[in-house]
Amino acid sequence: MRGRLVFLLPLAIVGALMLVFGKRLLDVGRGEDLRILPTVLLDTPVPDMALDAIPGRGRNPDGLTDEDLRGEVALVNIWGSWCVACLAEHPVLNEIAKSGVVPVQGIAWRDSPAASLGWLAKHGDPYARIGQDPKSRAAIAFGVTGAPETFVVDRQGVIRYKHTGPISPEAWERTIKPLVMELSK
Amino acid sequence: MIAELGHFALALALPVALIQSIVPMMGAARGVSAWMDVGRPAALLQLALVTTSFSALMWCFINSDFSVVNVFQNSHTAKPLLYKISGVWGNHEGSMVLWILILAAFGAAVAAFGGNLPERLRARVLSVQGMIGLGFLLFVLFTSNPFLRIDPAPIEGRGLNPLLQDPGLAFHPPMLYLGYVGFSMAFSFAVAALIEGRVDAAWARWVRPWTLAAWTFLTLGIGLGSWWAYYELGWGGWWFWDPVENASFIPWLTGTALLHSAIVVERRETLKSWTVLLALITFSLSMLGTFLVRSGIITSVHAFASDPARGVFVLLLLGIAVGGSLTLYAIRAPALEGGGLFAPISREGGLLINNLLLTTAAATVLVGTLYPLLAEAIGLGKLSVGPPYFNAVFIPLMTPLLLLTGVGPFLAWKRADLSGALQRLKLAFVTAIAVFAGVWLLTGGGLGAIAAAAGMALAAWLGAAAIVEWLSRASLNGMPSLSRVLAMPRAAHGMTLAHLGMAVVIVGITGASAWKEERIEALKPGQHIDAGGYRFTFDGARRTDGPNYEAVQGTYTVTKDGAPVAVLTPERRSYAQPPQGTTEAAILSTFTRDLYAVIGEPDGDEGAFVSRIFIEPFVPWLWAGVLMMGLGGFVSLTDRRYRVGAGRRASTVAAVQAAA
Repeated sequence: MRGRLVFLLPLAIVGALMLVFGKRLLDVGRGEDLRILPTVLLDTPVPDMALDAIPGRGRNPDGLTDEDLRGEVALVNIWGSWCVACLAEHPVLNEIAKSGVVPVQGIAWRDSPAASLGWLAKHGDPYARIGQDPKSRAAIAFGVTGAPETFVVDRQGVIRYKHTGPISPEAWERTIKPLVMELSK
Repeated sequence: MIAELGHFALALALPVALIQSIVPMMGAARGVSAWMDVGRPAALLQLALVTTSFSALMWCFINSDFSVVNVFQNSHTAKPLLYKISGVWGNHEGSMVLWILILAAFGAAVAAFGGNLPERLRARVLSVQGMIGLGFLLFVLFTSNPFLRIDPAPIEGRGLNPLLQDPGLAFHPPMLYLGYVGFSMAFSFAVAALIEGRVDAAWARWVRPWTLAAWTFLTLGIGLGSWWAYYELGWGGWWFWDPVENASFIPWLTGTALLHSAIVVERRETLKSWTVLLALITFSLSMLGTFLVRSGIITSVHAFASDPARGVFVLLLLGIAVGGSLTLYAIRAPALEGGGLFAPISREGGLLINNLLLTTAAATVLVGTLYPLLAEAIGLGKLSVGPPYFNAVFIPLMTPLLLLTGVGPFLAWKRADLSGALQRLKLAFVTAIAVFAGVWLLTGGGLGAIAAAAGMALAAWLGAAAIVEWLSRASLNGMPSLSRVLAMPRAAHGMTLAHLGMAVVIVGITGASAWKEERIEALKPGQHIDAGGYRFTFDGARRTDGPNYEAVQGTYTVTKDGAPVAVLTPERRSYAQPPQGTTEAAILSTFTRDLYAVIGEPDGDEGAFVSRIFIEPFVPWLWAGVLMMGLGGFVSLTDRRYRVGAGRRASTVAAVQAAA
């Protein structure tokens, strides 16, 4: 009898695996966030920073500090005028800013003030505040791997979500907007 | 019109697959020859229909018919022809059609060339092959139809991910699928054998060439994928233990084990139920790979756009195929055993240890890959498993395996003379010790140099043992003799080539892991980086635009002690459609190393660019070793024992024994 049980072992292992996979797929179906390591910074406060404003942008107040990210829900978008994917994302950011659902704060990553201003003049400026990050200090503190990346920060200044790559209209409607609404309640 | 034709052909393949799975199986059960004979024309018709469908899809891609959603999403008129074609399988739907095409081709091959198979076995194999086809056809037709239209048709397509627009990756999926799907043959034969309740030497001899072909393609496919990651991703690495890479590597490990255990069944009529289990598991793991990549339950840089509905479907398919076959196994396998006694020191004993080590290695990689998932399921939270785990468990398993690979071919069947075998390996042993001492002294002789020296010594051991073994077979009275070489079975040459290839791969792995150098600095024109005895001077960067991208090309002049060596021109490309950047590393391969340069982002206003320079010792050996292993597989496939009928087996065995 014991001999026979050995031959059942592969079936038992596979059966257990199937259960795990099945449960996980059901979770996907319910729309749970499945990225195994979303970001190490998830649910931690935004890093300390004090980024200068872009001279000549003419908004007051301008520049970005971690203090500015406390008090209301906000998106923090990391971009650069050199980044092609940021250009693809830009219309979506303009729409989000126009909708007034949530302010978009910008971090101009590894960019010169002149290039940033020229780019914003040409493609539109959706940002409430922009902080310059020419030396990647803030980008490193945020654990940015590439541009664009966008963080959702709640009222307490805690990072609640990270979107890697350009925000598509679908990602905004399906994931980010519902999260912002939830956090704004 | 063409798209509808393709869709229609694919839909027609479904009832054909249904007939192929039911009629021959029933015929075999009831002993009705006419029913069994249905399998062959059905398999051939199946191939014709799927080929029609695949060709139609390819026509849509080549002619940029953007009224087809799949073409619109993955192609672009400005793309070079090669990438229009590779775009067919550069997406989920198209790659599934390719999968089915290869499956149908293997089925048709059994129908066309399986004339020497017993009628019942052939009918059952074709039937199981039909069932697999049926499952995947349902999957494509109901969840992943590549022929859907959009109205109105867009004027321009969205383009293929530029990372995939690369010759290495154009051929990587077909190779990999030939491997993955090729293992379906071993699976079908195993299921058929379980239904018949009989596994014998003849069965093993029929299964082995299919397994060997699949293994060869999988080896080359994995090699191509690794090569692509190495030069295209610009990280200077060639293996990342990424879940998708592991998904192809796990079946390779069990497939390698299967290749070796089938020899034991063929020669000694033992290890039967184990071999059948390996055949079932290897294809199951191939399907698991498909499932993991496409269901979105594991994150990876390589994963296809995922969709839970597809995941559920593949999981069901996997459950039916794997669960069904393992249930059959649990019922039938206990009756299979039998055969001779096992002496621990013998060829079969060596192959058994080989199997244990390979399957343990496969299990550890599988556990490492799935661990994040399992840990989350039992509430341990989110975590990731990285290269340190894999290196820590993999190297201790591979070391004894490779030591054994040197000894194994010297052991005789049934009862071997270990001291005699070791006696003949003296030369290999001395070579290994000499290489160890040489490498250790050359690299400074510290504690840190021991691992690298041991790796190189292991490679030398395996390589020297393979050569000594081949020479001893090829020699007559101590002298190499051409007539002996010609009389040797091709499989013997194949084995030597494959084992030598493995040794060459180990040299590559050891060298690249131990002595890799990496420098990252922002260079202004005229500044330089020194690495590995070479000086890389940055001469500047300029715009160079291609057919569908804009690029910045940097020029680096490489000198050694003032003498010019090469000019490297890496590029950084920005594709417009879809908007994405790629790095094109510039690589100069020499016999012992690659010089590898990548140009990064501009830095500041003075024309400076972030520059990454890698010295990659022995990486060319990796690709050479993989090619040798693949070549060994092809040479083995031409062995006459796979072409002659079972009745003529005795003479082949006599020839082998005479040669040994």
